[in-house]
Amino acid sequence: MNIFLPILPEISIFISAIFLLLLGLFIKNIKLIINLAVVTLILAIVFVIYQPIGTAFNNSLVNDEFSKVIKILILLGSLASIIMYHSSRKDLNIDLYEFPILILLATIGMLVMASANDLIAIFIGLELQSLTLYVLASLNRNHLASSEAGLKYFLLGALSSGLLLFGLSYIYGFTGNTNLNLISTTVAPGNIGLIIGIVFVTSGLAFKVSAVPFHMWTPDVYEGAPTPVTAFFAMAPKVAAIAVAVRFLIVGFSDVAFEWQQIIIFLSIASMVFAAFAAIAQTNIKRLMAYSSIGHVGYALIGLACGTEQGISSIVIYLSIYLVMNIGVFSFILSMKYKGEHYENISDLSGLYKNHPYYSVIITVFMFSLAGIPPLAGFFGKFYIFIAAIESNLMLLAIIGILASVVGAFYYLRIIKVIYFDEEKHSFDGFNHKSLHLLIHPSAFLIILFCLYPLPLINIANYAANAFY
Amino acid sequence: MYHAIVFLPLLGFFIAGLLSFVKNNPASDKVAQILTATLVSVAALYSIYAFTINIVDAKVVHIKLFDWIAVGSLVVSWAIYVDPVTRIMLVVITSVSALVHIYSIGYMSHDSSKPRFMAYLSLFTFTMLALVTADNFLQLFFGWEGVGLASYLLIGFWYKKPTANAASIKAFVVNRIGDFGLALGIFAIFYLFGSLDYQVVFSKAEALAAGTSNISDTINFFGYQFGSINLICFLLFIGAMGKSAQIFLHTWLPDAMEGPTPVSALIHAATMVTAGVFLVVRCSPMYDLAPDVLSFITLIGASTAIFAASVGLVQNDIKRVIAYSTCSQLGYMFFAVGVGAYGAAMFHLFTHAFFKALLFLGAGSVIHAVNDEQDIRKMGGLSTYIPLTHILMIIGTISLMGFPFTAGYYSKDAIIESAYLASSGFSSYAFIVGLLGVVMTSFYSWRLMFLTFNGKSRIDEDNLSKVHESPAIMLVPLIVLAIGALFSGYLFKNYFIGSSSELFWGHSIALHHADHHDIPFLIYYAPMLLGFIGFFLAWYMYLKNKQLPHDLAKLNGPLYNFLLNKWYFDEIYNFIFVKPARATGLFLWKQIDGYIIDGFGPDGISKLVLNLSLRAKKIQSGYIYHYAFAILIGVSIFITYFIYKGI
Repeated sequence: MNIFLPILPEISIFISAIFLLLLGLFIKNIKLIINLAVVTLILAIVFVIYQPIGTAFNNSLVNDEFSKVIKILILLGSLASIIMYHSSRKDLNIDLYEFPILILLATIGMLVMASANDLIAIFIGLELQSLTLYVLASLNRNHLASSEAGLKYFLLGALSSGLLLFGLSYIYGFTGNTNLNLISTTVAPGNIGLIIGIVFVTSGLAFKVSAVPFHMWTPDVYEGAPTPVTAFFAMAPKVAAIAVAVRFLIVGFSDVAFEWQQIIIFLSIASMVFAAFAAIAQTNIKRLMAYSSIGHVGYALIGLACGTEQGISSIVIYLSIYLVMNIGVFSFILSMKYKGEHYENISDLSGLYKNHPYYSVIITVFMFSLAGIPPLAGFFGKFYIFIAAIESNLMLLAIIGILASVVGAFYYLRIIKVIYFDEEKHSFDGFNHKSLHLLIHPSAFLIILFCLYPLPLINIANYAANAFY
Repeated sequence: MYHAIVFLPLLGFFIAGLLSFVKNNPASDKVAQILTATLVSVAALYSIYAFTINIVDAKVVHIKLFDWIAVGSLVVSWAIYVDPVTRIMLVVITSVSALVHIYSIGYMSHDSSKPRFMAYLSLFTFTMLALVTADNFLQLFFGWEGVGLASYLLIGFWYKKPTANAASIKAFVVNRIGDFGLALGIFAIFYLFGSLDYQVVFSKAEALAAGTSNISDTINFFGYQFGSINLICFLLFIGAMGKSAQIFLHTWLPDAMEGPTPVSALIHAATMVTAGVFLVVRCSPMYDLAPDVLSFITLIGASTAIFAASVGLVQNDIKRVIAYSTCSQLGYMFFAVGVGAYGAAMFHLFTHAFFKALLFLGAGSVIHAVNDEQDIRKMGGLSTYIPLTHILMIIGTISLMGFPFTAGYYSKDAIIESAYLASSGFSSYAFIVGLLGVVMTSFYSWRLMFLTFNGKSRIDEDNLSKVHESPAIMLVPLIVLAIGALFSGYLFKNYFIGSSSELFWGHSIALHHADHHDIPFLIYYAPMLLGFIGFFLAWYMYLKNKQLPHDLAKLNGPLYNFLLNKWYFDEIYNFIFVKPARATGLFLWKQIDGYIIDGFGPDGISKLVLNLSLRAKKIQSGYIYHYAFAILIGVSIFITYFIYKGI
């Protein structure tokens, strides 16, 4: 029993997923399946909280402070996605019982990623997650864009998995180990083969977190996939992939930190700058959120580039706030419907303030927070990242980050401008699905009030970062 | 009691201010007028009571209301500090203000926004009271700026009149120059003494002058070393010059006459413009340590006195003549201060408030009677139509010219005698100028009176028939002021400058005792005699030989134009300051801001960003092989980089 304790959440979700899959074949009550999936995830969160720190399967999976915090973030993201799905499954023509099950399966993959301390475990977790994501992207089979998104994601994902696997084999070849702890004992600077391995693995991971120039799939997939799926993509897999990158680079290769730092810095700058400029020309709000997520990943990577405890802690803070903001924004996007039809264009929001002043204020809060304007939570996320960068003498990175956030502020503020100052277009009848209230109000509440009591999150982040140092 | 004096006008301001949002409602107008007038009148009664107490017992009352600012070593409290100087100011401010409030009920009866007017008047009264009851320089500065604001609002009260708007802006801008000096002075005080409290600052200044202090006795200002106290006093005086319209910073005062006449009486004659004198008298312990600055004050004061009087000789606007007269009388007060006669300066401030407010309100009554005509060339012969106003204005005029036993006689004599007895810098200049000024004062005052009230009327028949005496609500304040103009000098001369002065002032000002018995007979009576000479000249020129002024003006064309155009101050300032400033502004706006900063800054960058963003969008072609290509290129770049760089 003891050897299964460290993977109790994964096992419980797995059993539940299989059970629900069978249940779905016989019962057409999708609501029941959704409810059971929600219960499973909540149970998993409880398990994660009470799980002891330890390792499993010969140290190929570890349960440390970092993985616990990351797992909770992943589970919360999955939970929010299922709730969003529930609120819109009928309108979006994706009323399929597979959705919650696929989310559960992807969640298992991501939980494995969060704990993976072995090259093989990393790959297994990543592939389990990726395969379900491909299916999720094309969930709306009758919709051309959705199928196209799934196909694109699958092809490019296969390419990136290939790169990743190639890199992993290089690393195994040059170190003779698959366990990250063992690898770290044999890593020495000056080994070009090892560096090439790291480059391939990092590129593969960069594809998963959609960092520039491996981001190209993101806007198309985000736009094409059903909105709850897009929301899911923007939240949990990002967190999981960044967690993998952190553990892989910090635990395995801290001795050649100087080398991989340069890759991360490049990815970070390219993501922040490119996302800021490219987002300006977008008209579709989901596409806009794709670029927004690319930019945010760029900021999170600054923390990784620092490679310090403070850097890791700032990543955790950043990802937590990012998750909450995305829950809020996607709940809002799901509410943009009129007579059962969903709207996705920014121009559809024009004059929203006249009909829905309250929701306009809420989306304003989210947009300001995404843009990083104090005193909202988004500002503090960036703030801790930049502090970590400055402490690690990465001044240039901090300055470029700030400048990019200035440009980036434009497209967030444009949405606010459209809402408040443009001619009224049409009213929405949405904004009233009760399950969305569960998401949109608490997230707005957290975003606004974070500045009053930031200490709990900071403590959690420090607790998580403690795992590596 | 002192709380009530200071805060009743504020209450009036709030209520009248709220009522001003009610449009075109006679009832709320009435409420606002009567309420504000009542509140200020109560404050005035309290002030008079406080003043009479002072005669018996000149004790200092210091009430700390609350700490206003407490940052590090800067602790500034909001206080009511009442000493004899404050009491004089209180009685002047509240009594004139109360009379003006009452007078305004009649004067503004045809105006459409009465509550707003009353609110502004009350606001002014409150800020002026805050100024004089300060126990530190910062509260003084608050009041100083507050009265500036109220003055701005009231000059521009008829905001639909372009000239009124221009005048209010001019007053504000010119005052800013002075205020800048004052602010610098306050900074210097805090820099040197580490406190803004009067008592602390004065005692430290004395210690500094006595050499028992470790504070630096020089201060670096624009790269020059100045004596600390000299510099502070000089900067504070710059502030006083602005507020009290001394020469070079006087240009706003005549233009301020664009405001309603009660405003001119209250702000631009009796109270606000005397704030500069108050400031210097308040700081007299410090000014006594800066004799060079006192000489400078004497020079400026005396020059203002003669300059303004000379301009007053030829002006044709009834209010402008009185405005220049005010300017000139302020000059007298300043050179009294300059020669160390603080008591005499305060005395003149006190009496001047009565007779000058009387003259202004009387002029207002005349203007009211002749249907808003202000040009005295278009008046004349009004004495039979408005006899009461005529008599009251005569009282004001004789007090101003220094007719024996009127208020002005005592105070002006005291100033001129002080100048004669003093041996400080420029005191003889001040004495001669003071005497010359007396002739001019008398001449322009009587010229105004004769042209307005005597001779043949130059008003056309239609309007003449409409000329009427003002209502009682306007005349009663005039009568009260006339009583003050006649008797305030005789009644209080002992306290201000005479035998009881030491008891009266306590330690509130620096007192200097000069032996008045040394004054020669001729000097003693000179001001009075010169006043009569001015009167006869005016009588001869404007009633007896009416052709003479025209001939004189023709004969001395350049001089006449020089005076008529106010020594060309406005034109010179326009040329030196206004035009270059406008040109610079235009240049900065069009060229620097519009072309360079906007072009390369916001506009240019936003164009660039949009361009870049369209390119970034184009990269996103939607073709999967483009995407795969980007991934592979990315990997290749990394590997190439590491291989070339070597490890």
